[in-house]
Amino acid sequence: MYNFDFVKPGNIADAAKALATDGAQALSGGQTLVPTMKQRLASPSVLVSLTGIPEMKGVCMADDGVSIGAATIHQTVATDAAKYYPALAKLAGGIGDPAVRNRGTLGGSLANNDPSACYPSAVLGSGATVHTNKRKIKADDYFQGMFTTALKDGEFITSVTFPVPQRAAYVKFDQPASRFALTAVFVAKYADGVRVAVTGAAENGVFRWTEAEAALTANFAASAIANLTVPSKGMISDLHGTSAYRANLVKVLTGRAVTAA
Amino acid sequence: MTKVTVIVNGKSVSRDVEARMLLSSFLRDGLGMTGTHIGCDTSQCGACVVHVDGMAVKSCSIFALDVAGAQVKTIEGMANADGSLGLIQQAFQDHHGLQCGFCTPGMVMTTAALLADNPKPTEAEVRHHLEGNICRCTGYHNIVKAVLAASGQDIPAVAAE
Repeated sequence: MYNFDFVKPGNIADAAKALATDGAQALSGGQTLVPTMKQRLASPSVLVSLTGIPEMKGVCMADDGVSIGAATIHQTVATDAAKYYPALAKLAGGIGDPAVRNRGTLGGSLANNDPSACYPSAVLGSGATVHTNKRKIKADDYFQGMFTTALKDGEFITSVTFPVPQRAAYVKFDQPASRFALTAVFVAKYADGVRVAVTGAAENGVFRWTEAEAALTANFAASAIANLTVPSKGMISDLHGTSAYRANLVKVLTGRAVTAA
Repeated sequence: MTKVTVIVNGKSVSRDVEARMLLSSFLRDGLGMTGTHIGCDTSQCGACVVHVDGMAVKSCSIFALDVAGAQVKTIEGMANADGSLGLIQQAFQDHHGLQCGFCTPGMVMTTAALLADNPKPTEAEVRHHLEGNICRCTGYHNIVKAVLAASGQDIPAVAAE
């Protein structure tokens, strides 16, 4: 990989200053970025490590939900969020493998917005709020397609707030080699309705299956979506599964998630 | 070049490194500690697993500068003080938990992290925890036996998968 300058700020203000430089790139756990740099698909001139900022780490209960620092590793979410939001903790505990969970972070996953990553479905499925060094972004506005987010140059995630649902579950159909989602569904039931977020399936990344949301809001049971179909248009098709296969998985996994919730 | 100081197996070491130097290269090329293996170099195989501040991580996906000041434990730190094999290493030898041996350093480091957390794991927990460590000899059966033996448990009923 090409060389770069490395800085590791100790607070959000210094990180913002460092990331305002031309060619600067935020580094969190590096579980995607480092392999990407090895392949020279990314060659930042300055790498700003965000893992040395205490105010960006940890899980706590806030007025509007569970607040998780962007630099919190998956393993910490898996253990510390379990008492507040079990479905979210379970999702975090199923990402990658133990060594990846000990390094990868919530903020890193969301900033990357891999179309098959687990976390985007929890954020969209919970109607979470993404806090950055500049503003708050609603989940519905944050995800803007494969590897694309609402983050602007020099902007980075500091924390995410998840409203806690009455019931929720995440069901992932593993791609067994990578542990990414071949397709996965996050279902969350709130007092004002049900949210269904799907990852791993669509070419444009995570999305809400709104027909299922309406049906499940009326009747929160797997049978409520029995008559719905998911169009295969726009679904990912690769050697692991065709678009029709993934479209079918969306429905099957939604039903399983409702039953598990 | 930037000077970085890391505490490796209890000993403080400093080297001048480029920012792009990975922890795996720092250990192997910088310190000559070649026990940590680089298998895939894409953070998939787990051969390079070491502990950073007690957490098992893939050293091929971490920059040396990012672990400045941290406690790093490698396979070289797993033997007993007299140089004999440590408990986990001995269990791998006793139960033929290695064939070519390339994945073994990562397997042992991952096992050490598992047993520190969960001293008596079930077979299913062992297999789940070793998901990120690939053995291309496919010798998983004996590796699982070795991990269970290292935890002081009986191993007669380990299912072949």
